[in-house]
Amino acid sequence: MKEILSTVDTWLAQGKRIAIARVIGVEQSGPRDPGATMAVNEDGEVAGSVSGGCVEGAVVTEALEVLATGVARRCSFGYSDDQAFAVGLTCGGTVHLLVEPLDW
Amino acid sequence: MSGEIYQELRHCLLSGEPVGLVLVTRVADEVAAQTPLASKMLVRPGATVMSSLGEPELDRVVSRDALAMLERGVSGTRHYGARGEARREEIEVFVESFVSPPKLIIFGAVDFSRALVEVAKVLGFVVTVCDARPVFATRARFPMADEVVVDWPDHYLDQVGPSLGARDAVCVLTHDTKFDVPAIIGALSTEVGYLGAMGSRRTHEKRWERLLEAGASEDDLRARLMSPIGLDVGARTPEETAVSICAEIIAVRSGRAQGAMTPLRDALGPIH
Repeated sequence: MKEILSTVDTWLAQGKRIAIARVIGVEQSGPRDPGATMAVNEDGEVAGSVSGGCVEGAVVTEALEVLATGVARRCSFGYSDDQAFAVGLTCGGTVHLLVEPLDW
Repeated sequence: MSGEIYQELRHCLLSGEPVGLVLVTRVADEVAAQTPLASKMLVRPGATVMSSLGEPELDRVVSRDALAMLERGVSGTRHYGARGEARREEIEVFVESFVSPPKLIIFGAVDFSRALVEVAKVLGFVVTVCDARPVFATRARFPMADEVVVDWPDHYLDQVGPSLGARDAVCVLTHDTKFDVPAIIGALSTEVGYLGAMGSRRTHEKRWERLLEAGASEDDLRARLMSPIGLDVGARTPEETAVSICAEIIAVRSGRAQGAMTPLRDALGPIH
């Protein structure tokens, strides 16, 4: 989380609303361990990462929805053959995230 | 707007003070009014718990567990009942322990040390260079080091040794038995997780004898001393050698340093 602080501080100083996505669990293979964080501001700008780049785009969408509703949500990204074209981790694992507004 | 939990967490992360973040990551419907998703607590050793999960007994149990995890430097998921009961599943929390970064102590203010400082900083180590010779142990020669200390290795380790743990590393790059031997003996008396010493096969053999003469146990040396230091990646320059040493530190920490190191292409088993 430390690596996103300076960007988050800049956004806070600009009065931007921010959502934080945090890896809270990984099943099987996953590129980032629990605790990896990504911040998304109301303009869709991003700091940090929660995977090797596989699911970041979808997480931005989730984060903007969380900012719109103001309600935290849990979401998971995995991979299976019937979802081959959906968003997922190409390494075959599942990553669980908590996405929440930075209002704490 | 961000509030006091974020500000305190930020303060701890920047100052390096240990802090644990407790985050409710799943909650049964019937408990959600008491403990909403994303409820938080912040735990710090010797300080009062910040914020609440909405139920005093739950707070007491979870903060106790989170402090214990913080002490061990581990993060993870735990489950509780609505009032903190064990073997219940109503509430899932993720406890993230933020501990101070690992330390690397490099003995020997040589060119290899300068390169090792740089690579170790990339990996997030707090790096100290220590050498008894004031001409070499200067800030100007090691601008990226967090600390440059003029001292004898054994004397320095007497002071800082008790603070070293499994995530920390000591690299002895002096190439001089009168510094090497006290540095290695001193490091063996600590809990440091990685201990490596540079030198050719010949230097290594002579040093091994001196270490035994100086009272080191052969079992200890075999179990803990990585000498000659580094993975066999064919490194020649100080920078390449620094990568080889840091790769070995990672391999020892992750338990992959037993037996021959294999390129992932030729190995089996999971990567992550």
